[in-house]
Amino acid sequence: MNLGMAFAILGAALAASLAGWGSAKGVGIAGQAAAGVVSEEPGLFAKVLILQLLPGTQGIYGLLVAFITLSRVGVLGGTPVDNTATGLMYLAACLPMAFVGLGSGIHQGKTSAASIGIVAKREDQFGKAMLFPAMVETYAILALLISILAITNI
Amino acid sequence: MALAKMKKISVCARKRNRSKILDALQRMGVMEIETKLEEDFQLEKTDTTEARASFLKQAVVLDNALKVLDRYAPEKKGLLSGLDGGDELTQEQFNNMKSDKTAACEDAATVIKLEKEIDELKAAITRDEVRKEMLGPWLGLDLPMNFSGTKTTSVFIGTLPGAWDRAAVLSAIAAHAAKAAGEADGAAEAGAEPFPAEVEILHNANDATYVDVVCLKKDTEAVQAALRANGFARPSQIEPGIPAHTAEKIEADIQARELKITETEDKIAAYAGRREYFKVLSDYYNTKAEKYRMIADIPHTENAIFFEGWVPAKQVPAVEKVLTEQFGAVVDIEEPLPDDEVPTLLKNNKISASVESVLESYGLPKQGKVDPTFIMSIFYIIFFGMMLSDAGYGIVMVIGCGLALLKHPGMATGTKKMLQLFFWCGLSTTFWGFMYGSFFGDLIQVVAETFFGWTGGTILKPLWFEPLVQPMKLLTYCMLFGLIHLLTGLAIKGVEMLKEKDFVGFFAEVFSWFLLVIGLVLMLVPTDLFASISGQTYSIPDGLAMAAKIMAGLGALIILFMSGRSNKNWALRIALGLYDIYGITSWLSDVLSYSRLLALGLATGVIASVINMMASMVSGGILGPVIFIIIILVGHTLNIAINLLGAYVHTNRLQFVEFFGKFYEGGGRPFTAFKRISKHTQIKEDN
Repeated sequence: MNLGMAFAILGAALAASLAGWGSAKGVGIAGQAAAGVVSEEPGLFAKVLILQLLPGTQGIYGLLVAFITLSRVGVLGGTPVDNTATGLMYLAACLPMAFVGLGSGIHQGKTSAASIGIVAKREDQFGKAMLFPAMVETYAILALLISILAITNI
Repeated sequence: MALAKMKKISVCARKRNRSKILDALQRMGVMEIETKLEEDFQLEKTDTTEARASFLKQAVVLDNALKVLDRYAPEKKGLLSGLDGGDELTQEQFNNMKSDKTAACEDAATVIKLEKEIDELKAAITRDEVRKEMLGPWLGLDLPMNFSGTKTTSVFIGTLPGAWDRAAVLSAIAAHAAKAAGEADGAAEAGAEPFPAEVEILHNANDATYVDVVCLKKDTEAVQAALRANGFARPSQIEPGIPAHTAEKIEADIQARELKITETEDKIAAYAGRREYFKVLSDYYNTKAEKYRMIADIPHTENAIFFEGWVPAKQVPAVEKVLTEQFGAVVDIEEPLPDDEVPTLLKNNKISASVESVLESYGLPKQGKVDPTFIMSIFYIIFFGMMLSDAGYGIVMVIGCGLALLKHPGMATGTKKMLQLFFWCGLSTTFWGFMYGSFFGDLIQVVAETFFGWTGGTILKPLWFEPLVQPMKLLTYCMLFGLIHLLTGLAIKGVEMLKEKDFVGFFAEVFSWFLLVIGLVLMLVPTDLFASISGQTYSIPDGLAMAAKIMAGLGALIILFMSGRSNKNWALRIALGLYDIYGITSWLSDVLSYSRLLALGLATGVIASVINMMASMVSGGILGPVIFIIIILVGHTLNIAINLLGAYVHTNRLQFVEFFGKFYEGGGRPFTAFKRISKHTQIKEDN
């Protein structure tokens, strides 16, 4: 029985599930707005789809962190964790991505929905509309970075 | 890297040449016409509203006819044909088509009329179907629905609420009649003998029973009262004739109409050959309407017209030649005055021009400002490559965009530029992919190990280094690139200030920041903190270290005293200076923002290896390689799509927020030439 291993996998699981949850919610919120626009203006499909997909990246970042963790703690390669402290370190390293992924995914979804509103009214402002959700994503990227740096340096 | 130079030209010409001059200008499509003239002259304007409206109406008819044709006789289209901007035709073809315009417009009207007929037929069918449905329950009735009886009998046709059977109806009538009779006579045995009436249950629906009741004339009132007491209702809508016959007739009607619809559809389809005419003429009428709008705007006297406009300097001689030689007009060419609102037209080399659409989506630069397209295109393509960073994905992009560009040369400018942009970004992606040693993730390695038992170590070695192994090293480089990007932006601001001869501003707002930022960076590099982050130790000579401190200090001092220079109050001026020095934190956050170059690069690579690993897990057995290939194809397609989107969005963000934040204002007015409208077709010029 090795508690360290359990903590490490808990970290990976949290990163994948919380960030995935955030993305699912975000993409869902944006998707409702997108569906509304397409019902009126089918020609805007491609543009609103891009905006809908923007909050989807958090889930991928979560997957990424989970995968890197798993591939280092002996599940998908690497060396098994043999003490509790190391396991907790992996857990802690996964947390930024888990929490920020959840929060930023949801908020990016709301921003995307608003941006879809911009595109519905002024199609030519797509470039600017895309920027607002990308702003939210910055924090997911920063969290991803910290998580990756922490994991790879344990 | 520049904005096209614009010249202002003023034209005075004979009024009788007006139409021809506008035709010529419209064909050249290089002049933006302005018609804001002084109002003190005795000038008139021609009212062309009516003519214009009739042209627009004609264009709408043609466009609608095209839509109808698309519905009933769709054009055979390839998957990518949406890329084609329109068919090209020569001037001669155009003239031929134009000469047939009356007939073509009549055809268009016919097509629309035929479609209207189809709509009407469809509406009639819907009505008939409603009638048929309503008749459904009555089909068993062999009397007309409004039949009320013969000489000796009365007939009641209608519905009773709820479920009934024959016996129930009869006994209800008998009971009611007996009760009524009992009240009159005082003694009668209810239900002793059956009431003389006939009941037929036609149909039992969920909530109603369809019945007809026949009784003797003399019992009419009694039966009517009995039925009414039980909620009897006559049918709300009466169809003439015996229901079964009527239904048959309706059915026949429907079929006849359906046949008619098919025939009409065929008739419409027969006009498919006119599609080209409709397209060409729709553009023709729109172009004419545009010309008439211009005619209405251009002021004239009895014999002369006057207008001004903007022409790119390069095209001025051609325009001048046409106007003076062909039409004997007087043309006056001027440089723009400082307070003229000059329209903006971007002019760039082939590679940089592909980024123009990105710039346009942010806003065009004003005339006289620096066009950042060229510098931006270099950073754009490099950063995009770093974010997608997979040689395999890059090659896919290059081939995909290259093929699309080759096969559809006539596509719309916007789409073309976008594909060109992705083509160059694809090349850069391939480059960075090899630098990082990533080709569809670690596909080569996985294939070699799974199927060929390779054990000899890494096959595709990175040319530079592998990001996942040394993330901190790459992070440092990302920030270095970011710093260069930001300083370039600041340098452009400096160039603009020098151009406007604002030397103090250049000194206080650009030069000072260069000193401060570079000085601070040079001070940071030799520290232990930096060494522990980047994993490398740098030492710089003592002299340079000293110089760095001086630079940073000097820069800070200049900012402190100079950035609030418009204020006379020294205390306020210093306070503003302090606030501006605090702006160094925004530099920090801007530089940190470039860490997305690393993060997105890692994301592509890691997800690609996850896909490869999943595929290799199921690669055993006979079917193994097939499943392997399917997983690889689907997985990598998804990964390309999602990361392409990510790279595009975040490269844009780095340009718009970090880079443009340092200098760019936008707010330019796009150059909109007076030209032919070519929604469907392009006309090739003869010359």
